[in-house]
Amino acid sequence: MDWHRIRSDFPIFDQQVHGHPLVYLDSAASSQKPRAVIQALSHYYERDNANVHRALHELSVRATDAFEAARKKVAGFIGAATDDEIIFTRGTTEGINLVANTWGTQNLRPGDVILITGMEHHSNLVPWQLLAQRTGATLKHIPVLDDGTLDSAAIETLLNDQVKLFAFVHISNSLGTINPARELCAKARAVGAVTLLDGAQSAGHMPIDVRELGCDFFVFSGHKMCGPTGIGVLYGRMKLLETMPPWHGGGEMILSVSLEASTYKPPPHRFEAGTPDIAGVIGLGAAIDYLQAIGLENIQRHDHNLSNYAVQQMREVPGIRILGPDFGHRGALVAFHLDCAHPHDLVEFANSHGVAMRGGHHCTQPLMKRFKVPGTTRASFYFYNTLEEINRLVEVLHAARQFFT
Amino acid sequence: MPLSDELRDLYQQVILDHSRNPRNHGEIPPPCLHAHGDNPSCGDEIDVWLRLSDDGQNIEDLKFTGQGCAISQASASMMTQKIKGKSKEQAAAMREDFRRVVMGDGTPQDEEALGELILLEGVQKFPQRVKCAMLAWRAVEQALDSGQG
Ligand SMILES: Cc1ncc(COP(=O)(O)O)c(C=O)c1O
Repeated sequence: MDWHRIRSDFPIFDQQVHGHPLVYLDSAASSQKPRAVIQALSHYYERDNANVHRALHELSVRATDAFEAARKKVAGFIGAATDDEIIFTRGTTEGINLVANTWGTQNLRPGDVILITGMEHHSNLVPWQLLAQRTGATLKHIPVLDDGTLDSAAIETLLNDQVKLFAFVHISNSLGTINPARELCAKARAVGAVTLLDGAQSAGHMPIDVRELGCDFFVFSGHKMCGPTGIGVLYGRMKLLETMPPWHGGGEMILSVSLEASTYKPPPHRFEAGTPDIAGVIGLGAAIDYLQAIGLENIQRHDHNLSNYAVQQMREVPGIRILGPDFGHRGALVAFHLDCAHPHDLVEFANSHGVAMRGGHHCTQPLMKRFKVPGTTRASFYFYNTLEEINRLVEVLHAARQFFT
Repeated sequence: MPLSDELRDLYQQVILDHSRNPRNHGEIPPPCLHAHGDNPSCGDEIDVWLRLSDDGQNIEDLKFTGQGCAISQASASMMTQKIKGKSKEQAAAMREDFRRVVMGDGTPQDEEALGELILLEGVQKFPQRVKCAMLAWRAVEQALDSGQG
């Protein structure tokens, strides 16, 4: 693979920050966008812009065709059985809230258990807290071990037949842990629990096949996989989607409306009230085309090389503590703590050298408490990053150590 | 590796020294005024303990504990040195002057009173760090307000 040529697909890297070439190590928060995606957005607005599903004129037909073609691409991208299992949302967070407010409200009773893990992003925690409060269900979590993996002994006892829903992160945004999703979904199915997999950090980083994973729901965000912000996907198994009530009411989701009552469309449109983010959907489709042309296996391998190399090099920095699992079980990120510098000071220092990282709790406050750190600094990678950039990061860490000690 | 002037100004040696060796660090046993301040978005935390004179007008003793970035901790440490022994009114005037300095919002009324706190003016170039510099000051204000009732 010619990764340097691929990097040149991203116009944003053609700039200096504070007098240094931009080293962007914050893709876990949001990825950069290739020219193909940016052009798909401007092409849509310049040539095809119109509302979808509502008019018979030429532009609306084009917009609708492009919109529904993107749904088909998403279905292929994650191995869904039909296009109708793909619901467009604003992102991972909205997808989880949709499930909590429809399937959750309909199915949970006092005494039922919602099971999550101790490494969830707030977006896969707070909606379940709210649901538990509403329904009287109990929220439990699987603890995280010191090495950043899930406590498998605890899974055996906690994942029992009281559990109605098991929601967990595929790749942790704070530790990098790749959870054994297929195995966990199989265990959940064996006790009759429905599963929701938070794919915010896995989609676009590895091949995803929801049927092979065996999950009932899968959620992800376009902006972390080269797509635009404001667009995401909820995949749901049709058997479940069919039984779920609508969440938002409005145009687009109805079959017929009287002043007293309405009937609703089947999925996915039942869950897509109002004018959708048409450009976002088309941009997401372009991102999928782009990623598939590179190949998800190739991206996964490159991710793996980058994070292995980073861990190896960063280990040599005195006073560093790297969180998360060892080689082979880690996604494309390294979260760490330097004894001499608070994450915000370190991030500021790195920024002045053109290196973009993130410091703080990464929307996982319970996990920070668990590891007894006020926050961490996180370097996260994508296929456009290079080994030279990791060398640059390590140089900056050494310099920061000298400066702050 | 060369450092930018902005960064050197932000993290001057005096500031780093205060963050590494904070002055007036610790708690004051009750009775005293206390307040907790935090910046939820970044996790910085400061607790301040404050003892007033019998007439309630002067800050006789002041200590803090906390965790967070060098700017928030250094600002707290330097603040305790400067406002200990001052009246509540003087402390409020210094807070306003200090705010002007870190926000680059006009000139302070009494620059001399601020002393080495002026060194934190490097924060002006880093607007997202103003809340770090102000954290301890907001906590003191809150503690004093809690004593009004
Ligand atoms: C693991 C994980 N889950 C959920 C989210 C939330 O995604 P979004 O903000 O796009 O809804 C993120 C994003 O930071 C994430 O990393």
